[in-house]
Amino acid sequence: MDHMFAIMGTRMCVHLPAEIDHHVSKRLCEEMDCLVQKKHIRCILFDFGQTTFMDSSGIGMLIGRYKTMRFMAGTVLAVNVSERMNRILEMAGIGKIMDIYEGMPAKMDAWTQS
Amino acid sequence: MQQNEMRLEFDSRSCNESFARVTVAAFMTQLNPTLEEVADVKTAISEAVTNAIIHAYGRAGQSGAEKIEILCRIRGEVLEVEVGDSGCGIADVKRAMEPLFTTKAECDRAGMGFAFMEAFMDTLRVESALGRGTRVYMTKQIRREMPRFEKNESPAAVHEALQSFLAEPE
Repeated sequence: MDHMFAIMGTRMCVHLPAEIDHHVSKRLCEEMDCLVQKKHIRCILFDFGQTTFMDSSGIGMLIGRYKTMRFMAGTVLAVNVSERMNRILEMAGIGKIMDIYEGMPAKMDAWTQS
Repeated sequence: MQQNEMRLEFDSRSCNESFARVTVAAFMTQLNPTLEEVADVKTAISEAVTNAIIHAYGRAGQSGAEKIEILCRIRGEVLEVEVGDSGCGIADVKRAMEPLFTTKAECDRAGMGFAFMEAFMDTLRVESALGRGTRVYMTKQIRREMPRFEKNESPAAVHEALQSFLAEPE
């Protein structure tokens, strides 16, 4: 799953898989938490570009990472969010705790490539 | 009236979550659903099955070989789905269905399972008995009523009615 994470300094971009359910998110959370600790990550950017399916396990994953980042005064963002994914994120109130972008904001483009 | 039924039983293992939702999605294609409707049902199935794995059978000492059953029925234009387990049961169903309520916050659970099932399906009913298990009943109407026309309806009105019939539902 190494190709899913791009790290630059204390920022990490997570290229999320096509489907995020409990099975996938369990492993993903473990790997992310490990990297966050090891690399002193202070900003997580979730890239939904490939994602077509997500259930409430994905929401739990986002909220969990948000709590970790906030505890360390860091930030979390979601980019390349499709209409369907946005509907799910908004239903769970994720829009209130992190910025959600339909595309990729230009200034972030540079550090998502590993 | 179109009628069909299928029953699926599988081990309570998280690798079966995608198998379960894709199977139900394949079964419902005979109703000619929109992509949106398929995605809605997949999400609801995923929530119900995940709940069974995490909560019904989630306590230590469970082997993962406990069974989850899915019963799918097509009655006319309605898809009926039941997801059942013989796990620990829910003490307070009303409370469990409240959005954001979870007993497993430490496992990164959002407490949105039932809320998502409710949002993505038309009806949701939960039956549960402590120590005996839980069964979730959901339905979703897939085909919309064909518009009816008067004999002397203007072509423009017919065209408009058909357009709105064929358009994706909100």
